[in-house]
Amino acid sequence: MDSTPVKHTFFSPARIWAIATNTLLELFRLKVFYFLLIFALLLIGSSAFMIDFNFQEQFQLLKDVSLGAMSIFTWLLSVLATAMLLPKDIEDRTLYTILAKPVPRFEYLIGKLLGILLLLLVSTLVMSALFVAALYGRQQFVISETIRTSAGMPAAQLQEIIRGVRTSTFTFSLIPCIAIIYIKAALFAALTLFISTFASSWIFTIMVSVACYFIGHLQGIARDYWLGSATTGPLARIFLALVALIFPDLQLFNLVDDIVAGNSVPLLLFGKTAALGGLYTFIYLLAAYFVFASKEL
Amino acid sequence: MTDLAQQTPETLRPLGQRGWFRFTTVAALLLLFGAVRLPIETRLTQEYRSAFFHGAKLNLGLRQQIGQAGFLAALGGFRALVADGLWIEAHVDWTRTEWGKMLFLFNNVTALQPRNIMFWEMSAWHMAYNASAAAIQDTRQPRLALRLKHQHEYFLIGKDFLERGIQNNPDRYNLYESLANVLRDKLKDHCAAAIEYGKAAQFPDAPAYEVRFAAYELSYCPGHERGAYNELVRLYRLGQKEWLPTLFSRLKYLQETLNIPHSQRIIIPENQLPHHH
Repeated sequence: MDSTPVKHTFFSPARIWAIATNTLLELFRLKVFYFLLIFALLLIGSSAFMIDFNFQEQFQLLKDVSLGAMSIFTWLLSVLATAMLLPKDIEDRTLYTILAKPVPRFEYLIGKLLGILLLLLVSTLVMSALFVAALYGRQQFVISETIRTSAGMPAAQLQEIIRGVRTSTFTFSLIPCIAIIYIKAALFAALTLFISTFASSWIFTIMVSVACYFIGHLQGIARDYWLGSATTGPLARIFLALVALIFPDLQLFNLVDDIVAGNSVPLLLFGKTAALGGLYTFIYLLAAYFVFASKEL
Repeated sequence: MTDLAQQTPETLRPLGQRGWFRFTTVAALLLLFGAVRLPIETRLTQEYRSAFFHGAKLNLGLRQQIGQAGFLAALGGFRALVADGLWIEAHVDWTRTEWGKMLFLFNNVTALQPRNIMFWEMSAWHMAYNASAAAIQDTRQPRLALRLKHQHEYFLIGKDFLERGIQNNPDRYNLYESLANVLRDKLKDHCAAAIEYGKAAQFPDAPAYEVRFAAYELSYCPGHERGAYNELVRLYRLGQKEWLPTLFSRLKYLQETLNIPHSQRIIIPENQLPHHH
């Protein structure tokens, strides 16, 4: 048996990975994935509304409902699951067990956040698979109905209609659409983690995080007024400046509404937005570390 | 570990010297990050607006019309879902032929999702084709003149939807084509229809028939017979793919109207002309 003592390193991806997978397992045990059943029911239930609509409307409604639900569920999951992480670890005293070992606090935080990000990734992928299956099922139904009701139609015209159905079902822009939902949820997980490092309870964390969500969607308006309007008073300008500087601009990550309406996002622009999302996540993690590093436990 | 020695439950405690330092550091970090990202976000917002994103105008007028909850949901990034809810409501109103309420809902839906072509097209179609047909058949209104007036008003509402739709979607051909259809079929303004088909034809992804339709409509436009004739001849020379009954019919009409010398005329086979029942 090798008796050489294992040298302790300042930064260990293996330790972070162990914390991340444990976090993911804990969340699995909390049965957080039950919400996927609600998502599936929502997809099936929304079909009931679609009988009387034409195929364009059917696809539009299905995409709007599915992507809207994905957006809500991933956001809720990121806030609720993250808000409970630290309080639960303190309550179970798991936190003390981990930090009693030579695990730096930043590794603990990174591990926890990574666990949440993995959870969000799995959720997003499963929801995407359900969404694609529902969309494909609807597409096949529409095609078979078209063939059934088009007896006597020239073959070329029928092919053209079927091609129209196919192109209005799956578009390339659905990929950045789903990716941006994940990026926004990741940003919120980091923000919620930061809030939870100084919050007195998980309810406080959730309340503040939800407030940040709504303020974040108005941040762009505050910024435009602050930078553009000279008519507002000095106090109002200070207030607008603080809102613009402190809160994230969530409108930049709110692309779903426009993409499902048929807009396509340029790849470079999407890349910049994704990079900004990554930067937000990093900065909130850093802020969380500053608070957590000297927190009395 | 020293932290463990001082285990105390997490409560709201007044900030000590370390606490203030911590608070200041984090606040400075967030403000600094805010200052760094400010120009980046301003530029990104402009780029998104140039790419026709975030065009919905969520103002107080809309808030009054869709209610507080709907407005909050729209602000929170769920515009599409709110618009769908209103669209389903409008569909139910259609089955009850409540045209006024449909118009109110269509205005809200298109304000929430101005980049959705389908909403503009369907709103215009309901108004210019369905509501106008209902207006002319309205048995509650005995005076034909008023029924015709109402019908014409619905044509104009449909046209207005498409014009507003084009303002929000100038980068797509679809609404130009729909506007041309309304101008041709309902308002009988063939000169304007020719212009709109022509605009639609300029888009690289537009169907080939847009050019054809623009020429056909121009042939009905008084004072533009010569231009229409030249365009139809050009189409004819593109080959058999373009030798359609309407093309021959319009060519025949223009050749006679313009008194084109027989030696220069295109010979039009009678069996290629549209059948009139």
